Amino acid sequence: MSMFFTIAVIVLVFLVIFQIAKASEYVSVLKGEEKSRAQANKLNGFFMIAFLVLGLIGVYWCNKLLFHKTLLAREASSIQGERVDSMLWVTLIITGVVFFLTQIALFAFAYKFQENPKRKAFYFPHNNTMELIWTVVPAITLTILVVIGLRNWFFFTSEAPQNALHIEVTGKQFGWIFRYPGHDNNFGKKYFRVIDAASNPLGLIWQDNAGLKLKDDPATHDDIVTEQTVYVVKNRPVQFIINSRDVIHDVGLPEFRMKMDAVPGTPTTMWFTPKFTTKEMKERTGNPDFQYEISCDQMCGNGHYSMKGVVEVVTQEEYDLWLAKQKPSYLSAFPPAEAKPAAAAAPAADSAKTAKATGAAATDKTKI
Amino acid sequence: MSNEAVLHGNVGVGHSHDAHADHGHGHHHETFITKYVFSQDHKMIGKQFLITGMVWAILGGLMSVLFRLQLGYPDSSFPWLEDILGKWAKGGHISAEAYYALVTTHGTVLVFFVLTAGLSGTFSNFLIPLQVGARDMASPLMNMLSYWFFFMASVVMLSSLFVETGPFSGGWTAYPPLSALGDASDGSKTGMDLWLVAMALFVVSQLLAGLNYIATILNMRTKGMSMTRLPLTIWALFFTAVLGVLSFPVLFSGFILLIFDRNFGTSFYLSDIFIASVGALPNEGGSAILYQHLFWFLGHPEVYIILLPAMGMASEIISTNARKPIFGYMAMVGSLFAIVVLGFLVWAHHMFVTGLNPFLGSIFVLMTLLIAVPSAIKVFNWLTTLWRGNIRFTPGMLFAIGFVSLFISGGLTGIWLGNSALDIHLHDTYFVIAHFHIVMGVASMFGMFAGVYHWFPKMYGRYMNHTLAYTHFWLTLIGAYLIFWPMHYEGLAGMPRRYYDYGNWESFKQFLELNRFISTVVIIVFCVQLLFLFNFFYSIFKGRKVTTLNPWGSNTLEWTTPIRPGHGNWPGEIPEVHRWAYDYGKDGQDFIPQTTPVGDNESHH
Ligand code: HEM
Ligand SMILES: [Cu+2]
Ligand SMILES: [Cu+2]
Repeated sequence: MSMFFTIAVIVLVFLVIFQIAKASEYVSVLKGEEKSRAQANKLNGFFMIAFLVLGLIGVYWCNKLLFHKTLLAREASSIQGERVDSMLWVTLIITGVVFFLTQIALFAFAYKFQENPKRKAFYFPHNNTMELIWTVVPAITLTILVVIGLRNWFFFTSEAPQNALHIEVTGKQFGWIFRYPGHDNNFGKKYFRVIDAASNPLGLIWQDNAGLKLKDDPATHDDIVTEQTVYVVKNRPVQFIINSRDVIHDVGLPEFRMKMDAVPGTPTTMWFTPKFTTKEMKERTGNPDFQYEISCDQMCGNGHYSMKGVVEVVTQEEYDLWLAKQKPSYLSAFPPAEAKPAAAAAPAADSAKTAKATGAAATDKTKI
Repeated sequence: MSNEAVLHGNVGVGHSHDAHADHGHGHHHETFITKYVFSQDHKMIGKQFLITGMVWAILGGLMSVLFRLQLGYPDSSFPWLEDILGKWAKGGHISAEAYYALVTTHGTVLVFFVLTAGLSGTFSNFLIPLQVGARDMASPLMNMLSYWFFFMASVVMLSSLFVETGPFSGGWTAYPPLSALGDASDGSKTGMDLWLVAMALFVVSQLLAGLNYIATILNMRTKGMSMTRLPLTIWALFFTAVLGVLSFPVLFSGFILLIFDRNFGTSFYLSDIFIASVGALPNEGGSAILYQHLFWFLGHPEVYIILLPAMGMASEIISTNARKPIFGYMAMVGSLFAIVVLGFLVWAHHMFVTGLNPFLGSIFVLMTLLIAVPSAIKVFNWLTTLWRGNIRFTPGMLFAIGFVSLFISGGLTGIWLGNSALDIHLHDTYFVIAHFHIVMGVASMFGMFAGVYHWFPKMYGRYMNHTLAYTHFWLTLIGAYLIFWPMHYEGLAGMPRRYYDYGNWESFKQFLELNRFISTVVIIVFCVQLLFLFNFFYSIFKGRKVTTLNPWGSNTLEWTTPIRPGHGNWPGEIPEVHRWAYDYGKDGQDFIPQTTPVGDNESHH
């Protein structure tokens, strides 16, 4: 019903506009083409300046309405984010100045130099000095932006600091799996062919497999696997080693101003240092439901929009407490009664390998 | 020489009996089929591209209305949606599958079918021979084939909308593995096969067309038309063709590998994959990122393929209607050239967060920000062209000015995105949507409207209604900004693109109201485009007749042809050219057409 009504209104509006348009054409024939053209020109010239003024007011108003909803309105939650924000401001100011100057010039010129039979257009085909200036000035400005940008870029993509926490993040349709290295601080090997969606979602190699020529990797036995929520520590750098199990996903962390694709077959990494715990953010934002959300930022199928994870930033003590309560997934798959004692004893021994192994995982990231 | 040969070899319209061309009995074998369907006349082929492009624009636009309805009103139900979409909108509610299929088809169709074929296809065909002074394209047959390959691509793409498992739904960039694995998404089944076939046909069409445009511009210029006397439209269309010819084959190779991975068990793009519904796949050793390199090697030049024709037409129309020469002709050509060269060296700025080597990334940052320099030069030159002009606001001129405004707004945000450290934050958010819709989508659309309004009198011998055109322009300009400007704010809040519903997201559901506002404006702006459509078709038959040869007082050659030129364009000899195309306001004369010989006491500049 309302549908018909809407269509009827649209048709009616169309008819009215069309009639006016037809009529104006007849009028212009009566009045003489030149005269009506001059009138139309005046009108459009006026619209040019009106559009400029209303547009500038609109820009101001839109900013007033929406700015507080953006992340720029509050402090970033990571030290990387601080740098992104300050760079955003510099870029905003530079491009903003250019935006206002050029748009004002465009519409003001259009208004001011609208046709006037008394004036002659100025024959001005080129001017080398002017052209040189507006080649060199943008080039210098952009160089400044490149320098700022690349310094940050190389910082963001640098090796994670020594004290960083290492956590593996794996995307799948449509959710996130996290793995912590356990006591040995060492991620055990995995292979996608031994994935079992229920008991071994990452395909940890914790059994010999003659068919696939795999040998049990004891380093997997203490690895902790969780889903949906990842715990990280305030003021401690955290490095994510990012994988995908099926299609390309992307670990998007707007509050931390970070993002990295999860590509099947090619691990990537990202690190950042969180500044505020989740609890602190609830207070800072005044929103008791605040969460650090992980949004999947790469189209990954029909459930893409629902692929949400959560980062829980806690203090070191809370983290230790939480970690102590987690059970390695090996133990869930092979409850201790059945597990071979020899294998269970292994982990504590090889913490010496730790730093090297995680370091290797970190440098593994970049293939192009 | 070659000009005449082309025609005699094909349609047989010589200048000798062209006086009758208007009445159609000058050449006995011109039937309805050869004149309107399998025509080899570049003007008719141009119109075919235009009208096919318009059909796709309506369909693509309608799709955006449907998916914006979902974003604006995620909780409402519209029973009529079920009537038109059937199982894709059960209960009057667009499903996620349908949403993604609509978004994907919208993107593909607008980028390739509307803004590539519909824009450069139309105006390259229509304008190149007319403005360089040729009787037709170098190969009218190839030209006709290029349209029919495009037509076949259209038919295949359209048919993909009706398959059981739905059209492709993985985004217009079609990244594998999602696009390679039917088990990962229904849209990647038959729908994707058809998508690939359509795109392959489309690439063939573009290559046939591009080679022809280049050959025509290089070889068939009339006497006196040196390269530096070419109107900027032709330069832009020339560079567009060069971009296409060099980059479409790379896209094609990317598609071939994808077809192999999909159908023949290869692993170019696939490795280490476990799909929940079928288990581990056999593929190992492929690189999903390889596809992205191949895609964006075309993808970035493609955005300039879309933009350059609009730039060229805006330059021409602004100069004509400001009654003033284009400022810095050589700088305009030079900056087009710089854009073409740099356009090939920036593709990985779409891939900053794929795990790209950081050093390589930094090179692409440098190149990307470098490309902003020629863009800036063009803007300043357009502004200076307006300065101290004597501006006539024809509909074409309005859209050309709107084009400049949009190009500024969208180009500036490119500087944000090109800086990788910022792109980490902004990539795949609504900020990117705002950027490319303003700078490419709407701006090029404005270029296209400008071209249609400006050359309509040459196409059909009639004018479009100006009052409707003014209404169309102002409402569209205001609407475009209302739609896309606020999206920057959504992007700065981190709101991801390609989300069907934001209801579950603490950080993004705050934008529901804004989304509703945007969707409402989308519907209005879509209706306003119907105004244009109506004006276009009505004016073909009923528009005010053109009575003078040169209604806009323009210098270029197309206005020296008869009001309704026949096949062959000029009834007599092709005119000779004596000067560049921009002698407006010189020595106190309003305009001096290119065909006017240089006077003895003319001033030099
Ligand atoms: C001033 C020059 C420009 C710069 C520096 C620039 C930079 C960028 C960058 C870095 C991206 C990637 C953003 C992301 O995905 O995170 C991007 C996206 C895009 N740009 Fe530009 N751009 C510029 C001008 C243009 C122009 C002139 C066009 C078209 C005519 C254009 C069309 C696009 C499109 C279509 C996308 C998005 C593709 C997609 O992901 O679907 N850009 N631009
Ligand atoms: Cu996703
Ligand atoms: Cu690009």
